[in-house]
Amino acid sequence: MSDNSLRLVWIYPDLLSTYGDQGNALVVERRARQRGLGVTRVDVRSDQPVPTSGDIYLIGGGEDRPQRLAAERLRRDGGLQRAVGNGAIVFSVCAGYQILGHEFVNDLGQREPGLGLLDVVSVRGEGERCVGDVLADIDPRLGLPPLTGFENHQGVTHLGPTARPFARTRLGKGNGTGDGTEGAFNDTVFGTYMHGPVMARNPQIADLLLKLALDVNALPPVDDRWYEALRDERIAAATRPE
Amino acid sequence: MTANSEPLSARAKLAVTAGKAAAAVSRAAGRGSGSVIGGKVALRLEPDLLARLATHLDVVLVSATNGKTTTTRLIAEALRAAGPVVSNALGANMPAGITSALAGGSDARYGVIEVDEKYLAGVARDVEPKAIALLNLSRDQLDRAAETRMLAERWREGLAGSKAVVVANADDPLVVWAASSSPHVIWVAAGQEWKDDAWSCPSCGGVMQRPGDDWFCGECGFRRPAASWALSGEHVLDPHGSAWPIHLQLPGRANRANAATSAAVAAVFGVPPQVALERMWQVQAVAGRYDTVQFQGRDLRLLLAKNPAGWLETFSLIDPPPTPVLLSVNARGADGTDTSWLWDVDYTRLAGHPLFVIGDRKLDLAVRLEVANLDFRVCDSVDEAVRMAPPGRIEAIANYTAFQDLRRRVGN
Ligand SMILES: [Zn+2]
Repeated sequence: MSDNSLRLVWIYPDLLSTYGDQGNALVVERRARQRGLGVTRVDVRSDQPVPTSGDIYLIGGGEDRPQRLAAERLRRDGGLQRAVGNGAIVFSVCAGYQILGHEFVNDLGQREPGLGLLDVVSVRGEGERCVGDVLADIDPRLGLPPLTGFENHQGVTHLGPTARPFARTRLGKGNGTGDGTEGAFNDTVFGTYMHGPVMARNPQIADLLLKLALDVNALPPVDDRWYEALRDERIAAATRPE
Repeated sequence: MTANSEPLSARAKLAVTAGKAAAAVSRAAGRGSGSVIGGKVALRLEPDLLARLATHLDVVLVSATNGKTTTTRLIAEALRAAGPVVSNALGANMPAGITSALAGGSDARYGVIEVDEKYLAGVARDVEPKAIALLNLSRDQLDRAAETRMLAERWREGLAGSKAVVVANADDPLVVWAASSSPHVIWVAAGQEWKDDAWSCPSCGGVMQRPGDDWFCGECGFRRPAASWALSGEHVLDPHGSAWPIHLQLPGRANRANAATSAAVAAVFGVPPQVALERMWQVQAVAGRYDTVQFQGRDLRLLLAKNPAGWLETFSLIDPPPTPVLLSVNARGADGTDTSWLWDVDYTRLAGHPLFVIGDRKLDLAVRLEVANLDFRVCDSVDEAVRMAPPGRIEAIANYTAFQDLRRRVGN
């Protein structure tokens, strides 16, 4: 963090901003400001260089063709890889999550190289699209309450040895591998299939990113009344028998 | 495509009669207007009935993500200057509903038909329309809708061989991409408030440059076509450069854009813009939308907004602060079950309005408004919200099923 102002970078809103995931940027920014932090939000279009000096980088979900275009441009740019080399925090969703892995299957049905920032490989699922509410338990070492989100994808993501599952599903498909895993993370890079957007339903994830970026163990509390009410309602709705 | 070129076959007549009987049974059983079930029965008896019914009509198809029901009404009203019109005015816009609507108009000369975006190419093949109006394409119901660009692609393929005159919005790059496969296009500069589905070139994937009202792709040269018709403030500019005043009871820029497109369509059928635009004044509330109703001694204006582009257009037409605004959002089947689109709507535009939040998904909306740093109050019902609201007319904005709930409750 520089100049006492958090640099929050939103990657490629022109390509990867289809499923409301810009809400993650809004939630992180809001919760930082509520703690008295200054925030500089940088929205990087896909014809602009990715700055390497950001503290937190967010990438959202998108449709199949924009996903391929985003991967091509991020590989060519190289800025995000350099930022991660500098210790930046990255949180990615759905199409963005797949791009951070070693490879995924693009809109042309071909294997498309990703950025290799997460030790995962994604393929196209054979079955029906995974659509609906998800409830999962986040890896206990992250110290977060249960994960609630909405998934809408056809991807299946396999984790390699240096990626840990972000969560274990109680309801929903998550990584689609059938082993109950959802998302992946390493020290500084996170990926999930959860929309919602995920931070609106799980503001503690936004706080986790802030703590990692600020290198602190705790943040002053904020009024979480509406988030808590929404979480309770969505978790109850997901677990209610049909 | 002239009227009465070929009489309906006995089988087609039987199909129409059977369809009407089924619709009557459905109505009697309290299942709504019966138009869709009637159409389904009729289509089963005579699969090419839609095409047969349409041979007797000069058909206009209207499709878009937003504004197609209203525009269908505006065009129908304009064309009545030239002859009788049959139309699916209640918005039953898939093949069965369209068949049912056409079956009800044996004396008509014109068919003005709203078509769901996903069915446009197929219906255009079946009915051989004389004109097709294309207004806009944007994200809608992402949990089950096709991708927006894929829809444009399907339009493009479907229109490539069409003999129809396509009247299309030059300001929406996806619509331009879809329409430019057609040999006969009339471009209308109808504007585009929501731009977030068109930053990526639909042709080559390059980044779109959008200086002012213009747009072009820096990579492949795909660019905004020169428009022969335009919306200019409260006027429609025709191809001769004459400005015709718009007279609408419907509010907002988006409806003025719909009127401009409708005037261009009417001109295809020989109805002059002045006549067409004057007739459009007749159109009041469309299926309850824009209606002002009395409820608990207050005036409520009912506004339907189904997706981010629709919400954005709605924010631009409401009365300024301190007019109270009621927001209602559901996520039932017809709405799409994913509420994440709320985060694509810029609710900071509502700053200064007292806000009241209801609906099945009021808590999603509450978090959205909290993060936008707005003051709001969550209520259990429209009754409670109206009781709490400060004096003055209340603008009530709701998505699809929330809008139906609201109409039922306030007696509209
Ligand atoms: Zn291009």
